[in-house]
Amino acid sequence: MIRANSVNALASTGKAENRMSAIGRFFSAENRYLPPLLITLILVAGQAKFGLLESFSRTALAIVTSMILDLVLARLVIRKWPNLASAYITGISVGILVRSPAFWPYALCSALAITSKYAIRWRGRHLFNPSNLAISAMLLLVPEYVAALSIQWGNDVWPLVIVWILGAFIVWRVRRFHITLTYVVSFVAFSALRSVIVGDSFLAEVAPITGPMYQLFIFFMITDPRTTVKSMRGRCLVAFLVAAMEMVLRLADNVNAPFYALTIVGPIAMAIDIWRTSKRRPNGTLRPEVRAGSVEAPAL
Amino acid sequence: MEQAVRPSRIIQIGLVIFFVGLLAIPIVYKRHQRGEASKAANVSEPQALSRYGFYLQESSKASGIDFIHQAPTLDVKLAHIMNLVASMGAAVSIVDFDRDGWEDIYVVNSKQGSRNALYRNLGNGTFRDVAAEVGLADVNLQGTGVSTGAVWGDYDNDGYEDVFLYKWGKPELFHNDGGKHFTRVTEQAGLPSWVNANTAVWFDYDNDGKLDLFLGGYYPEDVDLWHLKTTKIMPNSFEYADNGGRKYLFHNLGNGRFEEVSAKMGIKSRRWSLAAVAADLRGTGYPDLFVANDYGVSELYLNEGGKRFREVGKEAGVGFSPKSGMTASVGDVLNQGQFDVYVTNISEEGVLVQGNNLWMPKAQKSKSAIRYENMANTFGVELGGWSFGGQFADLNNDGFLDLYVATGNVSLDHDHSYWYDYSKIAGGNQAIISDTANWPSLKGRSLSGYQHKRVWINDGAGRFKEVAQMVGVKDVYDGRSVAMADFENRGALDVVVANQRGPLLLYKNTVAPGKHWIEFDLEGQRSNRSAIGAEVRVFWAGQEQLQQVSGGSGFCSQNERRLHFGLGKATSIDRVEIRWPSGIKQTLTNPRIDEMHKVKEPL
Repeated sequence: MIRANSVNALASTGKAENRMSAIGRFFSAENRYLPPLLITLILVAGQAKFGLLESFSRTALAIVTSMILDLVLARLVIRKWPNLASAYITGISVGILVRSPAFWPYALCSALAITSKYAIRWRGRHLFNPSNLAISAMLLLVPEYVAALSIQWGNDVWPLVIVWILGAFIVWRVRRFHITLTYVVSFVAFSALRSVIVGDSFLAEVAPITGPMYQLFIFFMITDPRTTVKSMRGRCLVAFLVAAMEMVLRLADNVNAPFYALTIVGPIAMAIDIWRTSKRRPNGTLRPEVRAGSVEAPAL
Repeated sequence: MEQAVRPSRIIQIGLVIFFVGLLAIPIVYKRHQRGEASKAANVSEPQALSRYGFYLQESSKASGIDFIHQAPTLDVKLAHIMNLVASMGAAVSIVDFDRDGWEDIYVVNSKQGSRNALYRNLGNGTFRDVAAEVGLADVNLQGTGVSTGAVWGDYDNDGYEDVFLYKWGKPELFHNDGGKHFTRVTEQAGLPSWVNANTAVWFDYDNDGKLDLFLGGYYPEDVDLWHLKTTKIMPNSFEYADNGGRKYLFHNLGNGRFEEVSAKMGIKSRRWSLAAVAADLRGTGYPDLFVANDYGVSELYLNEGGKRFREVGKEAGVGFSPKSGMTASVGDVLNQGQFDVYVTNISEEGVLVQGNNLWMPKAQKSKSAIRYENMANTFGVELGGWSFGGQFADLNNDGFLDLYVATGNVSLDHDHSYWYDYSKIAGGNQAIISDTANWPSLKGRSLSGYQHKRVWINDGAGRFKEVAQMVGVKDVYDGRSVAMADFENRGALDVVVANQRGPLLLYKNTVAPGKHWIEFDLEGQRSNRSAIGAEVRVFWAGQEQLQQVSGGSGFCSQNERRLHFGLGKATSIDRVEIRWPSGIKQTLTNPRIDEMHKVKEPL
């Protein structure tokens, strides 16, 4: 009886451990489906509460375009079936961040993002954050039809709190929270500096980062593991430089400064990182995460 | 160690070409569009008449109209963003105040001490300002606020149109004494002491034969913009603001007095209202109320038998995606015998592309509910810059309603824009955005200024074409309020536009020969005498077009009460069905075309 109880207890403990390990695996950095799931949650909650999307159909168009093109290009270029979590996130980010009453910008932006992943590589690695590059291109080329998400989540504090909780959780799991933190601190410091330079109040200068678009930007775009440099110190430096470039653009009254700043600083940083890495690896072998079927959690 | 599969050089080159091709798509598309536009812009008047069927000639000076709108100077605490806050007030409405058979123009002014003008139509193509003579000029006195709009309706059914003047200040009601003079009856009517209003409509919501009045607040009513107690007067959100002015519904008691019944009737919103239109959207016989709000969603109040209003914006689909509603107009766009609703918003390149809304009803299962779909993109009436007033009218008499939209917000320094600072503050937390002290200084910059207007002609098959430049509408003033009227009783709708800090424009319309028309001037007997809310359906050549007599629509405007129908090349019409607000139905069989018909409600 005692033995039976002990066996049952052991079995229970084993089940509990299995449950715990399943939960642990689910919330681990290796679970590529966690970020898409959480971002989808943010999207659905935002749409239900605020109607933040132009429409579900436009977002669906962005996601479907992204996933189909990723399938086609992956088969064509690397001759493998891709994990579509990354394409899904690219599509959903386009669906959230692009604002246009027309349908075609969503398809075009997704197509640009996915194609850039395959077309613009150096030594097997991305140079640009795909969705950032595509959104910047759309804002530059067709501003008549496209704007970026700005005010569509309202000006209340609660959506921010929710995105901060979910976002912080995700970037902490993929060990990129230091990027977010560096960027936020830099932005606030540069806001103070801009306030002195342009003469507007500090609150006016810091206002943008209290809005929803920035929460997506700081948690899910600048932290993208595939388009961040290797060392923690380097990543912090890049985040600081993005904020610095953004300040320069803001001083020139550029409305879409954060997107353009990342488009400018990101590839330069990546190119330097790739060059330095290749110097250390003369045979040109690639980092494990850049191979097809990489396990790193995707971001915007 | 597994190596990544490297694509062949051909595939690599192909990928780059494909990527560049994707980037080139919008560039090629834009070049094509620009080419089409520049070709079309060099169109002469005869070419425009031949291609589009009409031409608009700006004729205010030649017609004796020399009105320039003046903006208010508000509290000094708003000095850094004065032109931004004081960016509304230009408004125009049409009335035949003396019943001489010629439509007149009432235009309001917004500087303290400035005068409103009532341009009496002399019947020979010219106008004369008689506002001072009849007592409607000096209405912007210090301490009473300034005018933001006026709507006309015969509230006491004596046969002459009275005027309700709404303000950022004390609203006023003037009784029309036989078309010769106006007497101020505000106190007797029981109107509130101060409302910062930007919209009002006359309508008989309970069909008791007496006109009631809806009044929509913008800033809260405890804010005196000339004597601010606090700088925290701005919306608490750019798209979800709920700290604006209250709404009023004045029930006409019939003895010159009104009872405020908004709460009792279910209208409790504090959104920032800029436009409203009343129309029977479901065929119930009672007018529903559509309210377009700035900084938020539109609201649709369904009229439940004149006993209560029920707000169903979200369920109906119009109250979900928040924008910056600035006009509300109804029109039967596809001649389907039903009203569609047009709402204007903001579109600014690369910053905020909200797009205007054309709400078209979906197939309706019951009269208790209605669902709308936004068809503005499909129909091509979506991107209109910073759009303010919009009105439907058949400008070329081809039998389909066209659309005129006044655009442009603040035109100051041509080369410097405030948009960057505006976007900076608009996206911030509510504690930041709601305080004017946090708003960056305008410093003489423009905000969506110097914009070209939109004149969209309807092909009747689901597409509109923008032809403003080609048909003579070339001004770039900060357009606000648009009203339509046939000033010369010749079967062509002219356009009047009130511009903020700009001239009142009168675009005289020349319609190409060979297009026919019919007009109706209705007078209620059991219904309110202005016949506001009466519906007219004209059936001809397989078409059915629905119009209604309106007590105010668009942005701070009111069209003539007469109804104008273009008939295209049709030389006869089958029948005309009139449904009066009283419920009485009347049919006119084969009325003569190219004529204006005076119709009295049968008893």
